[in-house]
Amino acid sequence: MEYVIEMLNIRKEFPGIVANDNITVQLKSGEIHALLGENGAGKSTLMNVLFGLYQPEQGEIHVKGKKVNISDPNVANDLGIGMVHQHFMLVEPFTVTQNIILGSEPTKKGKINLKKAEKEVQELSDKYGLRVDATAKISDISVGMQQRVEILKTLYRGADVLIFDEPTAVLTPQEITELIEIMHALVAEGKSIILITHKLKEIMQVCDRCTVIRKGKGIGTVNVEDTNVNELASLMVGREVSFKTEKKPAEPKETVLEIKNLIVKDTRKVEMVKGLNLDVRAGEIVGIAGIDGNGQTDLIEAITGLAKSSSGSIQLNNKKITNLSPRKVTESGVGHIPQDRHKFGLVLDFPIGENMVLRTYYQKPYSKYKVLNYKEIYQKAKTLIAEYDVRTPSVYTKARALSGGNQQKAIIAREVDRSPDLLIAAQPTRGLDVGAIEFIHQKLIEERDKGKAILLLSFELDEILDVSDRIAVIFDGKIVADVHPDETSEQELGLLMAGSKTKEAGDHHAFE
Amino acid sequence: MHSNKWFNILVPIISVIIGLLSGAIIMLVSGYNPIQGYVALFNGAFGDLYFFGETIRQTTPYILTGLAIAFAFRAGLFNIGAEGQVIVGWLAAVWIGTSMEAPMYIHLPLALFVAALAGAFWGFIPGLLKARLGVHEVIVTIMMNYIALYSANAIIRRVLTDSADKTETIASSASLASEWLEGLTYFSRMHYGIMIALFAAVIMWFIIERTNIGYELKSVGYNQHASKYAGMSVKRNIVLAMVISGAFAGLAGSMEGLGTYGNMTVSSGFSNIGFDGIAVALLGANTAIGVVLAAFLFGALKVGALNMPTHAGVPNELVDIIIALIIFFVASSYIIRWIILRFKKEEK
Repeated sequence: MEYVIEMLNIRKEFPGIVANDNITVQLKSGEIHALLGENGAGKSTLMNVLFGLYQPEQGEIHVKGKKVNISDPNVANDLGIGMVHQHFMLVEPFTVTQNIILGSEPTKKGKINLKKAEKEVQELSDKYGLRVDATAKISDISVGMQQRVEILKTLYRGADVLIFDEPTAVLTPQEITELIEIMHALVAEGKSIILITHKLKEIMQVCDRCTVIRKGKGIGTVNVEDTNVNELASLMVGREVSFKTEKKPAEPKETVLEIKNLIVKDTRKVEMVKGLNLDVRAGEIVGIAGIDGNGQTDLIEAITGLAKSSSGSIQLNNKKITNLSPRKVTESGVGHIPQDRHKFGLVLDFPIGENMVLRTYYQKPYSKYKVLNYKEIYQKAKTLIAEYDVRTPSVYTKARALSGGNQQKAIIAREVDRSPDLLIAAQPTRGLDVGAIEFIHQKLIEERDKGKAILLLSFELDEILDVSDRIAVIFDGKIVADVHPDETSEQELGLLMAGSKTKEAGDHHAFE
Repeated sequence: MHSNKWFNILVPIISVIIGLLSGAIIMLVSGYNPIQGYVALFNGAFGDLYFFGETIRQTTPYILTGLAIAFAFRAGLFNIGAEGQVIVGWLAAVWIGTSMEAPMYIHLPLALFVAALAGAFWGFIPGLLKARLGVHEVIVTIMMNYIALYSANAIIRRVLTDSADKTETIASSASLASEWLEGLTYFSRMHYGIMIALFAAVIMWFIIERTNIGYELKSVGYNQHASKYAGMSVKRNIVLAMVISGAFAGLAGSMEGLGTYGNMTVSSGFSNIGFDGIAVALLGANTAIGVVLAAFLFGALKVGALNMPTHAGVPNELVDIIIALIIFFVASSYIIRWIILRFKKEEK
């Protein structure tokens, strides 16, 4: 039989919506098959059907030619289907091996044989080139390695078919390259892979075939060889999408943000920002490129007042804002689209309407004499939601119920609407689909053209190169290079980010 | 999609019904007539105006402790210390009530205010420890309960009296007792406190649903990171939530001190008003109106139960078990919630 897995005409309904409508996916043995669709298109629902978490209303699932009924994830496991979740399911204080054997511990008279398990895990890791230390603690290893532990977990349970749910969302460019190698190694060993993603470049790089889903409907399956990024994008979104963001050349004016010799320590008292200097001027977008963990997060937390800086100065419009409270920083004209929108950007259990005034609720007209005026609040929310095309059933819907793209649009609406002099956008398009990314990039450029200063932090080099007017490369807590997007390449940026090369704007003399 | 409101009302009602049913089974197994038992329970709570007055009397402090716990819950805090805050509030109210003379319009408000203040202070300490040092409020409040209990005993014996087991009766100018309400209810101990409790419920609703403070408290309760990002002071809000929560519980204590008893007795154990408040808050889904209704149910159960041994022959111990079962199912409404959701899923 040619197909390892066939999902035929799957239909899955939830009260009020049809999440999957007549979708067919056929996975060939030994291929990497992409499942492409916008956020909320129904990719995850479909995979949860395959993994036994949901029961389909209609349709059949065949595994190796036999019709099966996957009633729960254990059945899926027994059929050799394994899932690498986007949000890792690991017990932090446990070791790699303990996590992998969790739930199927090899025991002898009730005693776990950890030594034997460790050996097995290590062998498995070596076989597929996963380079995982079986005895390391999860809390001590990098995000990339944690993901490889998730992969090992499925392999240890004997999976032949691996489902990857948005695996690159949390990885750095280097880790993505490694993951792609691992995928190729898995396929070479006879495994088959379903890759859930909305990143077109990755599909072009690794996949053999691609099934496109749009608004719950199966649009079709294409051979990756016979298509291109533009065609995939329009299949996914249902209209033409432009990738190169249209923008005029920047006209930078006076300096808005000026950071001098900034030093920031994290909660463990480790110096993360080590004497950093950075300027952002009105009317320009400065992109910060760097590998995660080089002080970006701490830098932004220091500017926004969420973390204290231990020395150095931060000036906004020539006024010192070093170590002011978050509210004072906000009021002095800083907007902040936080990196982690669930943790910082939104109170998920508040209605989306109330989230729209999260930063201004205490000001008139939303509050008078400390009493809130909900009429004004929801009026404002309705205006913003319409203006920024936030798709929500109503302003009273909890923020939690919105899709990632719409949550992000809501945050951007809130932050941009206050018209701050400096807008900090940390990974503003993380996990979003092309349609939403396009919208957000346009908004950033619009603000720039209004003469605002924009500081963009992103781990996606494409985004940095596409949107920024100037790129500041951060490495080990310092800005090591200041380059123009037109005068550099991904390769050069990659080297700069890795710290193996330093460079100043416009000149090629390396300096120490 | 099921309507959330409908669901929130259905769950507590089912909890109460299951509680009553399991109580009935216990009575059947033990050889008593459950119908007779529950009729006695009902008559004991609502049978005539006297019992009704007593039910309201018992409901009054439950409303206040329920509000106290619900208020802290909304800010993400578990105030187990309502019990201790009740004790210090009670003591403070009786102290003011017995130690000074003043016209009623000064004496009574002052006694109520000092009771609230004492409860607030008792909430402030765990709030501060939580905000500053991250000490878990559950541990601290449990310990504060014991400190309150034994300190109150010592103060009654050594300071307020000369080794007596109870304080003097408060001056009538500080009393909540009402001849009118007593007369209306065949001389039950019902007092004006119910009005204070209902007013407190309105206050709680207003603070939580309509003010900046409420918005911040809820925000901190849901997500401290986002609250900090929004420019709120997480620490200040934690302390504030515990202070307001403690003030409600302190007032609950004054209901007993100034209303029901008019004095305070040395006690070897807790009054349970604070602990029952936890179940009241849970059953009332941490909303003001829910707490008032739940407190009424608990008041009725507590008072009605007194009638079961005499009128249905159900022994006291069994009554305690039945009441505990009802409270158990009520408090475990989360389990019921889960079962209903499960049921709905199967239906699909």
